[in-house]
Amino acid sequence: MLEIKVNGQEHALDIDPETPLLWVLRDHLHLHGTKYGCGTGLCGSCTVHLDDRAVRACLVPVSAVSGKAVTTIEGLGTGSLAVQQAWRELDVPQCGYCQPGMIMASVALLREKPSPTDADIAAAITNICRCGTYNRVRQAILAAAGKGEASDA
Amino acid sequence: MPEFKLTRRAFLIQSAVVGGGLLVGFHLPAERSLQAAEPATIASGAQPVEVNAWIIIQPDDSVLIRVARSEMGQGIFTALPMLVAEELGCDWNRVQAEYVTADTNLRRNNVFESMSTGGSRSIRGSQEYLRTAGAVARELLVGAAARRWGVPAGECRAENSLITHTPSGRTLGFGAVAAEAASLPPPETVFLKDPDEWQLLGKPVRRLDVPDKIAGKPVFGTDVEIPGMLHAAIHACPVFGGRLKGFDAAAVEKRPGVVKVVGLDDAVAVVAESWWQAQQALLALPVTWDEAGNGQVDDAAIRSNLEAGLDVDDAVVVAEHGKPVAAFQAADRQVEATFYAPYLAHATMEPMTCTAALYPDGRVEVWVPTQNATASLEAAARTAGVDPLKVEVHNTQLGGGFGRRGANQDFTIQAVQIARAVGRPVKLMWSREEDMQHDFYRPASMARLKATLNAEGRLTGMTVRVSAPSILTSLGMKQDDGHDPIALAGFADTFYAIPSLRADYAARRLHVPVGFWRSVNHSQNAYFREHFLDQVAHAAGQDPYRFRLALLGEAPRQRAVLEAAAEHAGWGKPLPAKTWRGIAVETAFGSHCAQVVELRLEDDKRFRLLRVVCAIDSGHVVNPDTIAAQVESGITYGLTAALFGEITIGRGRVEQGNFDDYPMLTLRDMPVVETHLVPSGDFWGGVGEPPLPPIAPALCNALYAATGKPIQSLPLSAHGLRPA
Repeated sequence: MLEIKVNGQEHALDIDPETPLLWVLRDHLHLHGTKYGCGTGLCGSCTVHLDDRAVRACLVPVSAVSGKAVTTIEGLGTGSLAVQQAWRELDVPQCGYCQPGMIMASVALLREKPSPTDADIAAAITNICRCGTYNRVRQAILAAAGKGEASDA
Repeated sequence: MPEFKLTRRAFLIQSAVVGGGLLVGFHLPAERSLQAAEPATIASGAQPVEVNAWIIIQPDDSVLIRVARSEMGQGIFTALPMLVAEELGCDWNRVQAEYVTADTNLRRNNVFESMSTGGSRSIRGSQEYLRTAGAVARELLVGAAARRWGVPAGECRAENSLITHTPSGRTLGFGAVAAEAASLPPPETVFLKDPDEWQLLGKPVRRLDVPDKIAGKPVFGTDVEIPGMLHAAIHACPVFGGRLKGFDAAAVEKRPGVVKVVGLDDAVAVVAESWWQAQQALLALPVTWDEAGNGQVDDAAIRSNLEAGLDVDDAVVVAEHGKPVAAFQAADRQVEATFYAPYLAHATMEPMTCTAALYPDGRVEVWVPTQNATASLEAAARTAGVDPLKVEVHNTQLGGGFGRRGANQDFTIQAVQIARAVGRPVKLMWSREEDMQHDFYRPASMARLKATLNAEGRLTGMTVRVSAPSILTSLGMKQDDGHDPIALAGFADTFYAIPSLRADYAARRLHVPVGFWRSVNHSQNAYFREHFLDQVAHAAGQDPYRFRLALLGEAPRQRAVLEAAAEHAGWGKPLPAKTWRGIAVETAFGSHCAQVVELRLEDDKRFRLLRVVCAIDSGHVVNPDTIAAQVESGITYGLTAALFGEITIGRGRVEQGNFDDYPMLTLRDMPVVETHLVPSGDFWGGVGEPPLPPIAPALCNALYAATGKPIQSLPLSAHGLRPA
């Protein structure tokens, strides 16, 4: 039995310890906000927090999260965080598939750097979005950091 | 209103404007009386009322508007209800939207019209019947209120979900009269508002789907879970056209979680308790393939095939006017160039997926992210061998579409086949690698363009040969006779005033499946044409923007967007050191779009994309912020392709597998995008695709200006050119 803590809840799982956290979240805990996009850590759609640090859940074996706190998009609540509000104000999402990963990466960035520069954002947000939300993601992070103008573009 | 085409159902009585607006007829769907809510029940105010197929009024006056096209990021889940709401006169803040299902549409005699979502068609293809539905419902609600008050309907108006009797100021909420409204005979004709009367259309409106999308709530295809469901991973023959020969199920069947290995005609799937278990077993499964003789095809062979097409004698002439080619080419100075554009994958963020359940009574249920729910329904029915009326289709959210999830329902067919073989509901999901290697690709294409210039440097003639596989014949949508009406999009219908033109098409037959990739043939043809025009302008010693303007005397809308983009970009004004501009324009999917790319050369191979200035004329504007988002989107998708996008073939199979070898533009290299709407107002154009075609040539033109070297093939990365 493997014990993990996700969004504040403890779970005991009878599972191959090599299973990536992504599939434990999706197929065992039924938390579908964390998405599969590449399985190789390249796209960031599966970004979650491990003790407040952004990690790509497809690369983390579930055995590695024992004793740590996992937070997924569902654990952020229903949209009241400053990042989520900025996302709403700027209508950032298009198809929305990569957006949980984008939001998780952005929340972690702002925790680490409350006033990120453009370079900080470029270095931290390496997530792939095929719809092209990048400029709005950048604006929303700046808006959430209280730095940017909430443009209506 | 030249582009105001009437649907089958709406019958134009009179197009003259009487007191503002357009008078259109309204025809009830045949089944409507069966679907109408029971007035007796409704009168209690306890239940929602379907006033017509698109509109449900809730007892609290809020309105539910149905959406029949698929939301895949392009914003129609908001824009289509806006069209209804504008005419209905409801309070937009109390509007909700919901999907129609394909089986409902089938059972209701196609009352929701086409569900196909492609060709940037959602708004322009449905605006008339949606606005009409809103207007008809408004008239019914007003009529019901007037009856209750015993006043003429003409003294009443609908606004903000209230009907007001203007002389007395009395009001009734939509919910209070909805049941009565639904029981009244609908008007035979209604007026649609003139654009200058619009309250909602043309104003920036927040998307209805965003609150869920910031909280991880939407159910995409990959998120579907149904009771008793198993997970499937699949591997199709890596060589296109090949077949499954054999597999050793025993090698993986005892792995934890594995339930069954299923052989299909050209693929093998592993079904397990979780997708990870299925995929791991699939990777370990020994499989042999019959490669159907395609196992040696490589990129060199494909390129020589396309090159041969440049010189065949039997190309199909698609456009010809002015002097015969020999006459104009002999007279003037010639400029010639040959171009190559590679295969491209769609690479939607959500890989192909479908969940299927087959029931003992013959019913079939599928949950699928689809650009055409009706096509999904038909594919499921055909595969299961059941009557279409036995199939239910649940449209899920789509993690991107871009043309991949419509005409081709391979994922739906596979899911039904696997679920049938296992005897339990199955969610099939492709790995990223499977998705990359089994797409219907943007066709690899070559083109040879020749232009002639007279002594004054004016363009006198042009010949175009496009050598490429046909999407329409590859998809079986058209017989393979060498013709393809869309292969020369952007050439055959050119808006430039070219005195003499001949454009022809050499259809090539290659084993790689091709399909509709965002903006379809415009994506490569605009690159060929617009980058070539810069080379011709250079040969003529002219500024490429001015050179184009001189050819746009008969194309005021293209001229207007080109001028707007140039003006906002400061075309002609001095630039900082090492900074360069490129410009391009295209008309596609009913809209006109011009872009200026500004970049800074960092060294001889690396550059920094600074900004893209875009001007777009979509005729009418529904939601300006959605248009801006689609401009950002089309530019991102097109830039990614121009910079890095290339699917290559080796040993008959795709050589790329994931985002390491099919790289994507990311936030770091994304230029600022400035969008300027230049709506000329009397037509309905698309916005999902039109912003894409100009970006590759505008970028190539900026690099050409910077380096003096034309870009004769894409992607730029193949020339070592990349963002710094």
